[in-house]
Amino acid sequence: MTSLVELMDYDEVIEKYDPVLGLEVHVELHTNTKMFCGCANEFGGEPNTNTCPTCLGLPGSLPVVNGKAVESAIRIGLALNCEIAEWCRFARKNYFYPDMPKNFQTSQYDEPIAFNGWLDVTLDDGEVIRVEIERAHMEEDTGKSLHVGGATGRIHGAEHSLLDYNRAGVPLIEIVTKMIPGTGRRAPEVARAYVTALRDLLKALDVSDVRMDQGSLRCDANVSLSPKTTGALGTRTETKNVNSLRSVERAVRFEMTRQAAVLSSGGEVTQETRHFDESSGSTSPGRKKETAEDYRYFPEPDLVPIAPSREWVEQLRGTLPELPWERRARIQKEWNLTDEVLRDLVNANALDLIIATVEAGAKPDEARSWWVSYLAQQANTRGVDLPDLPITPAQVARVIELVNAGALTNKLAREAVNGVLAGEGSPDEVVEKRGLKVVSDDSALEKAVDEALAAQPDVAQKIRDGKVQAAGAIVGAVMKATKGQADAARVREIVLARCS
Amino acid sequence: MTNDLIHATAAELAAKIHSGEVSSVEVTQAHLDRIAETDQAVHAFLHVDAEGALAQARQVDADVKAGKVVSPLAGVPLALKDVMTTEGVPTTVGSKMLEGWLPPYDATVTRKLKDAGVVILGKTNMDEFAMGSSTENSAYGPTHNPWDLDRIPGGSGGGSSAALAALQAPLAIGTDTGGSIRQPGAVTGTVGVKPTYGGVSRYGLVAFSSSLDQAGPCARTVLDAALLHEVIAGYDEMDSTSINEPVPPVVAAAREGLNGDLTGVRIGVVTQFSGEGYQPGVLRSFQAAVSQLKELGAEIADVSCPSFDYALPAYYLIAPSECSSNLARFDAMRYGLRVGDDGTRSTEEVMSLTREAGFGPEVKRRIMIGTYALSSGYYDAYYGSAQKVRTLITQDFQKAFATFDVLISPTTPTTAFKIGERANDPMAMYKADLCTIPANLAGTPAMSVPSGLSDEDGLPVGLQIMAPALQDHRMYRVAAAYEAARGAFGGPSL
Amino acid sequence: MGFPIRIPTLRGLTGVPSISRDEVAHLAKLARLAVTEDELDLFAGQLDVILQSVATVGDIATADIPPTSHAVPLTNVFREDVVRPSLGQQQALSGAPEAEDGRFRVPRILGEEA
Ligand SMILES: [Mg+2]
Ligand SMILES: [Zn+2]
Repeated sequence: MTSLVELMDYDEVIEKYDPVLGLEVHVELHTNTKMFCGCANEFGGEPNTNTCPTCLGLPGSLPVVNGKAVESAIRIGLALNCEIAEWCRFARKNYFYPDMPKNFQTSQYDEPIAFNGWLDVTLDDGEVIRVEIERAHMEEDTGKSLHVGGATGRIHGAEHSLLDYNRAGVPLIEIVTKMIPGTGRRAPEVARAYVTALRDLLKALDVSDVRMDQGSLRCDANVSLSPKTTGALGTRTETKNVNSLRSVERAVRFEMTRQAAVLSSGGEVTQETRHFDESSGSTSPGRKKETAEDYRYFPEPDLVPIAPSREWVEQLRGTLPELPWERRARIQKEWNLTDEVLRDLVNANALDLIIATVEAGAKPDEARSWWVSYLAQQANTRGVDLPDLPITPAQVARVIELVNAGALTNKLAREAVNGVLAGEGSPDEVVEKRGLKVVSDDSALEKAVDEALAAQPDVAQKIRDGKVQAAGAIVGAVMKATKGQADAARVREIVLARCS
Repeated sequence: MTNDLIHATAAELAAKIHSGEVSSVEVTQAHLDRIAETDQAVHAFLHVDAEGALAQARQVDADVKAGKVVSPLAGVPLALKDVMTTEGVPTTVGSKMLEGWLPPYDATVTRKLKDAGVVILGKTNMDEFAMGSSTENSAYGPTHNPWDLDRIPGGSGGGSSAALAALQAPLAIGTDTGGSIRQPGAVTGTVGVKPTYGGVSRYGLVAFSSSLDQAGPCARTVLDAALLHEVIAGYDEMDSTSINEPVPPVVAAAREGLNGDLTGVRIGVVTQFSGEGYQPGVLRSFQAAVSQLKELGAEIADVSCPSFDYALPAYYLIAPSECSSNLARFDAMRYGLRVGDDGTRSTEEVMSLTREAGFGPEVKRRIMIGTYALSSGYYDAYYGSAQKVRTLITQDFQKAFATFDVLISPTTPTTAFKIGERANDPMAMYKADLCTIPANLAGTPAMSVPSGLSDEDGLPVGLQIMAPALQDHRMYRVAAAYEAARGAFGGPSL
Repeated sequence: MGFPIRIPTLRGLTGVPSISRDEVAHLAKLARLAVTEDELDLFAGQLDVILQSVATVGDIATADIPPTSHAVPLTNVFREDVVRPSLGQQQALSGAPEAEDGRFRVPRILGEEA
């Protein structure tokens, strides 16, 4: 299927064109029930078990709006600095597709619940870009199809398909940006940073699982190029199937280089939907539609309008948690961090982890030191992002607590962390299983110190002569002999006592 | 005995069953026998559920015997329009598309009937997906008017009304999108009520036009309709457009009306519904009804509702638009008919072939009109303008109801026409709903009560009574008073 | 707000034969109806008559009139976010023309949609 696509060198693209971005993000809310029926909103599960007449679109069935989903939509709108509609309706978007039980999607059309907002996005170097939000509206998800037969398991070449409607009717919020011009070379980075910021925001609001890998956060990237010579707006493509933050960046970059090559060779960019392929990092066109889309939108007669009272909106504003950027500003001040340090922590995805570790009882310096050094190394070795390490801030805080209580040495603490990362359980369980204990039995330590002094009589003499710094060699030998399970400070005390 | 049972009203049957004078099983069996005897000729039923009906009847009899308090219509048989889902019992909506479909759930109306001990005899014939005014559009053949078997019984709920007129059931359920309860009631000499929109749950009513559809009671007397109204009405959290208010006191109003006094009741005669195109016998019957209402003490005057002239075109935009979307779900994927799946064809092809084969011509015609009216470029001219007309009609009603308690008109311009007479002329067919449509567009209640027989053809004529939203009881009072004054007008000889 | 304005006036529509055979074919395609040639002719004629007749709504639908989408003026009808029993797989699939592995089996799908 993949044919060779001509691409333009990125520097050349930037020289000749201004990219214009537009991002559409679909977020699945993690409400208990679906948007319009009382079926459980659950990921996975046996096919077609979470279904009822309404989400199967059976004749006679009717939708009823999930109030919690409306509440989440308003909270998202408020967090995105949007205006909240005083009155809005659902509409039907009519088109036939087998994963959509009614052959129309109940969505909002020209009356979104939230509109005209913005989100400030911080780039890697600390620059802040304001992304304008066009709208955030409510709609329902579709079912899932499984394509059987054919080599790829994909839609092309399949012999038949199997449909599961467990996901049909799951509440979605679609968040659409206005056109984002002027990002130049940094367009791909802006796209990634925007989706990252949005994800963090939605997570803080506790409205969604925001798992791109599971599809609870999905991004469509619209890209067009405007020639610097004319400044005319270009034709856009819409790239779907972008399943990770990194892919957002890659997909935008790929489209820029592809469209530039098309344009510079005298061709025209086709307005189309394209699909991103993770493995090749390229996009390819979806099937061409024979007829222009005509969704025949009209107000959903089965649902009555939504008119959120200003009291309700203000009450919901009061439920907004500290938002990620507010939190960062507060932490920077409280911990007295420089802009650079803060940015590094944010870029390393460490800040929220450190904050959580502090909230679990650790001191900021201790928490920071664990996450930016040892754990960052571990993440790097494993090739995962820091937040994806299989250890929680609470577990890190517990390890720090054990060290401070003298129950673990720093070396033992690392071993405890290794055990947690290896899936051996909580820090306490790892300590128990691996037998990680500081040797605190003085008689055993005294015996070990005596042996070390006997083995290095010249060092022993130096200490006795008052060269206290020489004690380090003896302490080292003892630590080695006890396999690190001794408290070095206590060993040092014993050495000095023996030599006095 | 059997003869008495099938001629009795629902109220009379309920009293006899609850006092133990007759059993519900006897009553039910009498009606099942009557169906067996007459339905070959009438074809009111698409499915008779004798077993289910008798089981329900036995349950009611056991409850009566055990001295349990039963609801007012417990044990009384009823004919259910095949547009309401019935768990495990075929529901076709008069279409090939759903032949053999056994719904996995009951409509709210179905459940309320069952909970009230009402005996559901079976499912009645209808125009396919409730689109029509003659029941000729049923995929399973037309229903015949018991007054004259060569004539239509009205539509879309012709099966329900014909069953009443043929004494196959004392009660029936219909649904009314543009007159589908009232117009069949008029042409079969029975009572049909379209309650306030939102008064009766639409959950489980297979949608034709969601913003207009409303289920309601059909009966041979006003009191019976009121008793049934109170069984099926009420707020339902499964229907977002259901009104969370007490059910209007329609039974009390019907009983009050039976005392025959309408002193002080202000009645407006809608001037738009007369003149050209109205059968003289229908107008004479209507004038006689007006005189009788005056004699009962009502104050009667003309009222003009100019926008009502635009109700029919607005309806034939709104209803097809909504139906083009509502009927999209019939696509051969999850239930119902599937045609052309030979292993080589795509889903898209199978959908199109199935919809082509499964829908009749009127349904296709309306789907295409609706598709056109909603498509980009035409939305504002058609659907958008129709919704504005809807606003004007509602305003006309409001103005009229500022002066009058109820409004009246003939229910339909003519008596029952011959089967086949208008089959090839959609516009002529659509005119059968001229007088009934405004109430659907405004969401207000309206009913048809027989005003006797037309003097030129001896066929039944209906008097339409309209009331403001949630004032359903007003029209019941007037209808009951009129019914008592009018007296009996005979019945079909079957 | 309100639904977008797409056509300036109605006047051009009334009285002019408005719907061609090709347009009927296009509508049939949008509505997923595999209409026959004969039906195209029949419907083209009938739709023309019906649409011209209903276009009279434009005679009184002036710009200042608000549209009515719902007969009853209700707002804010919400459901509690509480799980209700589902149908279950067997019931869900009970009407399926074909099922396989707990799923609805359908012919191969050509397109990818929105
Ligand atoms: Mg969408
Ligand atoms: Zn459901």
